[in-house]
Amino acid sequence: MEIPYTVDPRPDTGVYNAKLGVWLFLASEVMLFGALFSSYVLLRVGAVSWPHGYEHLNIPLATVNTVVLITSSVTMVMAWASLAMGSLKRFRIFMGSTVALALVFLVIKGFEYAAKFEHGLYPSGSTFMAIYFTLTGLHALHIVGGIIVNSYLLGPGSRMWRTQPARFTNRVEVAGLYWHFVDLVWIFLFPVLYLL
Amino acid sequence: MSAPAAHAHPAGHSGGHGFWRTYVFSQDHKVIGVQYGITALLFLLFGFTLMMIMRWQLAYPGQAIPLIGKFLGDSRAPDGIMLPEFYNQLGAMHGTIMVFLGVVPLAVGAFGNYVMPLQIGAPDMAFPKLNMMSYWIYFAGGVTMLSSFFIPGGAAASGWTSYAPLSVIATTGQTVWLFGMICLITSSLLGSVNFITTIFQLRARGLAFMRLPFFVWAQLVTSFLLLLAFPPLEAAGVLQLMDRLAGTSFFMPSGLVVSGQPLANSGGGSPLLWQHLFWFLAHPEVYVLILPAMGIVAEIIANNTRKPLWGYRSMVYATVFLGFMSFIVWAHHMFLTGMGTAISSFFQATTMIISVPSIVILTALFLSLWGGSIRFTTPMLFALAFLPMFGIGGLTGLPLGLAPSDIHLHDTYYVIGHFHYVVAPGTLMALFGGIYYWFPKVTGRKMSDALGKLHFWLTFVFINCVFMPMFIQGLAGVSRRLYDGGAQYAHAQGVLHLNVFMSVAAWCLGLAQILFIVNFFWSMRKGKPVGANHWEATTLDWAATSSPPLAHGNFTVVPEVHRGPYEYSVPGNGRDFVPQNAPAEAH
Repeated sequence: MEIPYTVDPRPDTGVYNAKLGVWLFLASEVMLFGALFSSYVLLRVGAVSWPHGYEHLNIPLATVNTVVLITSSVTMVMAWASLAMGSLKRFRIFMGSTVALALVFLVIKGFEYAAKFEHGLYPSGSTFMAIYFTLTGLHALHIVGGIIVNSYLLGPGSRMWRTQPARFTNRVEVAGLYWHFVDLVWIFLFPVLYLL
Repeated sequence: MSAPAAHAHPAGHSGGHGFWRTYVFSQDHKVIGVQYGITALLFLLFGFTLMMIMRWQLAYPGQAIPLIGKFLGDSRAPDGIMLPEFYNQLGAMHGTIMVFLGVVPLAVGAFGNYVMPLQIGAPDMAFPKLNMMSYWIYFAGGVTMLSSFFIPGGAAASGWTSYAPLSVIATTGQTVWLFGMICLITSSLLGSVNFITTIFQLRARGLAFMRLPFFVWAQLVTSFLLLLAFPPLEAAGVLQLMDRLAGTSFFMPSGLVVSGQPLANSGGGSPLLWQHLFWFLAHPEVYVLILPAMGIVAEIIANNTRKPLWGYRSMVYATVFLGFMSFIVWAHHMFLTGMGTAISSFFQATTMIISVPSIVILTALFLSLWGGSIRFTTPMLFALAFLPMFGIGGLTGLPLGLAPSDIHLHDTYYVIGHFHYVVAPGTLMALFGGIYYWFPKVTGRKMSDALGKLHFWLTFVFINCVFMPMFIQGLAGVSRRLYDGGAQYAHAQGVLHLNVFMSVAAWCLGLAQILFIVNFFWSMRKGKPVGANHWEATTLDWAATSSPPLAHGNFTVVPEVHRGPYEYSVPGNGRDFVPQNAPAEAH
């Protein structure tokens, strides 16, 4: 017996298995980052003094990174839409752009980290730097995870397009949901850490 | 070209994978369930052994441990006499192993994996590969935890709660503990995503939500708790790892002095933050421990009273409500932290509210017995014992949920007695019942009733002898986590003699489990062969063939459901049960 609803949605729930699965996974991710943001709030309100993010962090670089990440979300949607319209070639272009933009994000982030270390700002220095490195580091790990999944779908994973195009389109959609979530986390991180 | 090739091997999904793919790296939910079950039972035995060693120290403080003492090594027990550091390691690891490596993997990983897909008429879990990963990550987490006993400084010793700042300045064992926990959290995340998706997506035709067996509901709510409550502990684990490895001060307050030396960290952190994040998981975790047990008990009781469950709908609503409420009671573990009377009042109120659905479920199970012609089978004995045992565990929790009485009882043996009544005589009794109940489904053979009943009575008597005196000691004010069991304290002298009694009972309880182990292996080979529906049950798991074939082959005919889960003793019917998949004409 094959497992049902791997490709087509189940009529009464309206989703296929992987889509429900990824939404559940994202719910748990919300709780993970929610707990970290709550910790941030608790530590900040309990602190004797707390620096403003702009005193230590590089807002222009982070703004560029925000734009980079939002653009990568757009190209991710385009990649999925290309498959829905039946074009693997256009999918390759947009998915390639998504991965490239994600790499750009990491490189910029790397420059930011390097600058902090140069100025002797380490996680052990203050609670602010500690939470900055922990939150952005964990987010960067999520970016790395997204790059791995998206590169797989761009490379060896795309062979599925020839045999099961609908299932492959679903996979890209699901990867996209995750990618938008990672993007969304950054949208929260940016103002909380850099601007407030 | 590849499409016809794929069709040329229709058997690719029904075996023919060789030993490793069939039994070790299997993607079949039944094999994974059995893997979970055996691993978890071994961990339970190991965790219990740690406690049996600790009970020697509590009964006879400072005396050499007989038999195994000389094998423990000089860093743990020189001349067989246990060091305080080793006692702390045993305590922390007993708690961790029993909860995270024993009971939850058995209740959810084993029973959930094996029984739930069968009960909903599914060919397998929705994501078989994830299921396999979930088991192996759990296994890796378990091995990581065990390995910490052998590193310098030994295993984690800051209690299973790992409170900061003690845990942050502890030896390397704590780091290993954190890595182990991250494995276990990841495993349970994969598992819970899989369980929920399976229940929503793979229900058989006609199996509406209100026709789900109660066990499936229990697993569904449990999975949501695991999915949403564990990530905050993962966050806390990451923060504690940063504290330990990167020198941050998330949980470290300013101006901390350890052994006369001021710590060289930046400070400014909050030890209470750890407690909040930890209990945000660990209170829902209590319901993760108890709900699957209630599910198992509900199945056994409906089957052995030959009656529909009393108030099935109320039980379902109560379970869902319980799931929601369990997220807003966590700080009742923290009344002594000085978080303020306003917050204490809130958490007292929610704690009193959450006792209501538990009582609804327990009452419904008790009322289900009323007027039934009860079959006193071995699983039924365990299920019946669960009811008063969980009742004691739950009711003794009420004084702990109210700040005024909790201030006296906090961190005493009363607390230990309370939560062990919930988990050990409660959940573990139910899990034993579940093993006796579903053993014929897994192996096609029945476990010996004579050995089973003897195992039940000995376990029932000794387990109460272990835990009941803890209430007396706790009310006398004896603190938990004392290396000498309270011998140094004047107020403990009157109840100190109970330590020997409890320890002897614990060792007898250990001996009684030999009956279970013998029965388990003997019955696997020589047990009485029985049919696919030995207990004459109604749910779909019993419509599957006995010892269902591996690799997605649960049912010979795709089942279709026509009725609710517990149609026992329906009048005007030849038999006293109507399976869920029996066609409507059979009425």
